[in-house]
Amino acid sequence: MITTTQERPTISIEGISKTFAEGNAEPVTVFDDIWLRINKGEFVCLIGHSGCGKTTMLNILAGLDLPSSGSVIVDGSEVTGTSLDRAVVFQSHALLPWMTVGTNIAFAVESRWPHWSQQQVREHGQKYIDMVQLKGHENKRPSELSGGMKQRVGIARAFSIEPEVLLMDEPFSALDALTRGSLQDELVTICRKQQQTTFMITHDIDEAILLADKIVLMTAGPNARVCEIVENTLPADRTRSDMHRHKNYSPMRNHLLEFLVNRSDSSKELIADGKHDSRHPPLIRPVWAEGQKTIYDQQETDNEK
Amino acid sequence: MTNTIRLKAFLLTLLLVTLFSIVWQFYVSGTAEDHGMDAEYAALMGSASKGGSNLPGPLDVASTVLSHLASPLHYPGTDQPGLLVQIGYSIGRVLIGFGLAALVAIPIGFAIGMSPLWNRALNPIIQILKPISPLAWLPLALYTIKDAEMSSIFVIFICSVWPMMINTSFGVMSVRREWMNVARTLEVKPLRLAFRVILPAAAPTIMTGMRISIGIAWLVIVAAEMLVGGTGIGYFVWNEWNNLEITNIITAILLVGVVGMLLDTALAMAARVVAYSD
Repeated sequence: MITTTQERPTISIEGISKTFAEGNAEPVTVFDDIWLRINKGEFVCLIGHSGCGKTTMLNILAGLDLPSSGSVIVDGSEVTGTSLDRAVVFQSHALLPWMTVGTNIAFAVESRWPHWSQQQVREHGQKYIDMVQLKGHENKRPSELSGGMKQRVGIARAFSIEPEVLLMDEPFSALDALTRGSLQDELVTICRKQQQTTFMITHDIDEAILLADKIVLMTAGPNARVCEIVENTLPADRTRSDMHRHKNYSPMRNHLLEFLVNRSDSSKELIADGKHDSRHPPLIRPVWAEGQKTIYDQQETDNEK
Repeated sequence: MTNTIRLKAFLLTLLLVTLFSIVWQFYVSGTAEDHGMDAEYAALMGSASKGGSNLPGPLDVASTVLSHLASPLHYPGTDQPGLLVQIGYSIGRVLIGFGLAALVAIPIGFAIGMSPLWNRALNPIIQILKPISPLAWLPLALYTIKDAEMSSIFVIFICSVWPMMINTSFGVMSVRREWMNVARTLEVKPLRLAFRVILPAAAPTIMTGMRISIGIAWLVIVAAEMLVGGTGIGYFVWNEWNNLEITNIITAILLVGVVGMLLDTALAMAARVVAYSD
């Protein structure tokens, strides 16, 4: 594939599909012909209904699973297994319960830099424990922490190995709304500061609008595809407390909601008609216009810009 | 609240033991007249001749227990090895056999748990060897090893090995996928994965297997020593049976129970150290 831009994307998903064949049952293709590019420093959210293979796709990006066809290219080389360059924040935090918070982080840091002294490992880990505001909880076991604190440790562990790409699988879905909100605030601060390339799966539209530069919308599975890519039209310094006042907030939100509620199924017909180019799904920029409730400044360009 | 329950439970235990001892004493003490029995025969029969039982009563046992406590290293009144020495032999054999079994069972269990191939290959062998009574191995052991001491240790080894092996493989197999995924994304090397992730994750299950094993080993050692002879608490019981020293047999039975409980408690405490809650 010829890259037309000067900057090569950090992640390039090239025509991947995943088929599950169990026993004598008819094999099921959860998603098919997925093309997606994530540039360095970009925060991309993936929204889609359950069963369109979001977690499978994230596992493929992480190298925990392999696609049935197609390939994933990260920094110019194909993903064939897991890598310390791609950190994962798991939905269920996945902390090791027999280790303390400090040891959980140190375990990751030691994996990344095996030759570091204990002192170096501890200082480096402490930086990330402080970052997620868990100072003073280093010696606690995960079972002594609340759900939100556990997920913070999961986030600190992922950041502590300073990965090229951060992969997050609905990291806040198991948390209550208040905790989720404060963690989103923290994540937005950290990601913007670190210019972290991030790919995140979510169900939450507001979460996607707050965090993402680009929002990838998938049709319902099986045979899910990338239906369109929505560019976030809100200012880059948006915060959870003020973003809903921006004039573009409502068009953004309505577009995403409309897609999830009404179009994720019907859009499959569009794909069946052959009018949809899987390689270059339409890039949508929902913006507000005078006198109109919502207006879609739809550009029929590709997402390669 | 828990303290009062604990106190009540303790008092209730005491009450039950006392009641049992009273019934026991009542059962063995004869009150009836001897039915014109020959005096010499009546003396031989003891209290049985008076309509009671020839089983010693709790007071007889208590005095025997005290005599053994007073002279733990030597059989009271002789220079033969005492109860403490005999039980020491038994504990030693169990610990050696159990320790060797752990050294063999845990690594093999690990391999079985990690590899579906090894699991499939070894499973039929384990399933056949597991239900064999450990004592059935004894003649074979005596014949091939030609050493009584080693043979009884072998019997302990063979009965301890299966529960530990099966539990280790089960514990390793059921390490959560998410923990393995974490290790994979961190590119953890195999040896580090085994010792820092799989072993701690499987440790509680392995400890359960060890507790089952030591329980079985302690059951088996008494029987093995009865057959092998020489030393040990099992030999002691059999020897006292030949001497018809029933109070000594009851004393030994009580001691076997107490030591068995202590062994289990020790492993339960070790299990608490490696336990984790999610």
